[in-house]
Amino acid sequence: MSAYLPAGLPQPVPSPDGLDRPYWDGLLRNTLVLQRCADCHSWQWGPEFVCHACLSDNMTWQDTRAEGTIYSFERVWHPVHPALREHGPYVVVLVELPEAGKVRVVGNLLGDPHQDVRIGAAVRGVFEHHADAGRPFALLQWTLA
Amino acid sequence: MNRTLRGRVAVVGVGETPYYKRGGSPDPEFKLALDAVRIACADAGIDPRAIDGFASYSNDRSDASRLSAALGCRELKFATMQWGGGGGGGSAALANASAAIATGLADCVVVFRALAQGQFGRFGQGPRRNEISGEGAFTVPYGLMSPAQMFAMKVTRFMHDHSVRQEALRAIALASYHHAQNNPRAVMYGRPLDEAAYDASRWIVEPFHLFDCCQENDGAAAMVLVSAERAKDFPHKPCYVLGAVAGSHHRAGAPVHNTPDYASSSFPTLAPRLYAMAGVKPKDVDVLQSYENFTGGVLMAMVEHGFCSPEDCNRFFVKERFFAQGGELPLNTSGGNLAECYMHGLGLNIEGVRQVWGESTNPVRDVDVSMVISGPMVTPVSSCIFGSEATL
Repeated sequence: MSAYLPAGLPQPVPSPDGLDRPYWDGLLRNTLVLQRCADCHSWQWGPEFVCHACLSDNMTWQDTRAEGTIYSFERVWHPVHPALREHGPYVVVLVELPEAGKVRVVGNLLGDPHQDVRIGAAVRGVFEHHADAGRPFALLQWTLA
Repeated sequence: MNRTLRGRVAVVGVGETPYYKRGGSPDPEFKLALDAVRIACADAGIDPRAIDGFASYSNDRSDASRLSAALGCRELKFATMQWGGGGGGGSAALANASAAIATGLADCVVVFRALAQGQFGRFGQGPRRNEISGEGAFTVPYGLMSPAQMFAMKVTRFMHDHSVRQEALRAIALASYHHAQNNPRAVMYGRPLDEAAYDASRWIVEPFHLFDCCQENDGAAAMVLVSAERAKDFPHKPCYVLGAVAGSHHRAGAPVHNTPDYASSSFPTLAPRLYAMAGVKPKDVDVLQSYENFTGGVLMAMVEHGFCSPEDCNRFFVKERFFAQGGELPLNTSGGNLAECYMHGLGLNIEGVRQVWGESTNPVRDVDVSMVISGPMVTPVSSCIFGSEATL
């Protein structure tokens, strides 16, 4: 598939401290991998060095289904980056993941950028690969389920 | 010991440089800072060399030690930067300065903000580098990278949860522009806004039209604070700090939009602390300045400070209620960040003081309690209440 947004935006790279590398590696394998506490089993996103719920250092990574509901959204019109000039509107969604303790992730809602978007709508993930990037990466996009 | 700021500290001088559109300042940013501090000192009738402390926020580039050296201050006793970006630190810087004076750490503290977006880059633009890591990597590649885009997501959820209509946001923008027409300092002086122009304006990001978003400006603003005991010796009648609080609710800083209480302006736990310290209730507030980064943040912050219930927003947010000329709750009476100047909200604190003094360009009659809300939706945020002599 082609990318939802034009090329030229900053490309994601794992953070130098290694905190989020399993997430980025997972997307390259078409897998959503998020942080989970091995002691109290709380899910946590974004990643952190300790569990916010029980303060354990014993954080692990677990696969989870890329299925969720739209928690909020926005249709962006004004381009704030040169790569987005002349592109027109696009939709950003905040997706709640019921299977992962209702943590939320940000992505784009694929399809007509003028579509009506409904909070609560079910969505499923689509892995968008950027193999041509200097350091290949994948994004997690969303489509109505 | 009674642990409060109530009545311990007073504002005795305020001032600002001319306000410019971004890129419009003929002077470098640090010169703007020096000018604002000296103008505020002149307003207070003091020699700048008597300043012994500086408090600012949002990583202000005008370093306190450089200011102190440039102005020939006799001694520096207090130099504090409030953590956090945006304008969430405006009233927090005032709280920090007040705490320093109340506890004897310093005697004459200047709260200031200097900002030349034309010289150092605009807040409303995305990052220009080729790669991004950390929290930004989870949002920027999806085109979520500016403050308007970060906060529209919260406001959309709040408006959805409580069936708030666009007209409620519009009323906030119209009130700011209405007041700017009487304020010669305002960048939007002489540029009125009506419903039709608002409705016809382009979207920035839904639900924000162009006129729901703050300006980007050049300028500087400053306030001079001393102890309540000393304040009676200054030309202005004292404007006392009744309360000032900072912070945010549980895990407001949870990354990637994972704050548990998400559709919030970060004030649910601050507002009760503020009212408790100040000893007032929302109905006692005579005039309100509420930081407009985006109108939706004003609405949520006013709800969280108890001025109206979430379900009552469509009835409550009408422009006439907010006009200084006879409105029940005059709001953003200088024109605020939307129409006076985006000096990261310190202009709102200055306006709050001028209302107590009776020196606003849109004066509200007989102001005793004047409130300022700083930087909704970021973390930490802050708010404060000023009071006249009659409130002590």
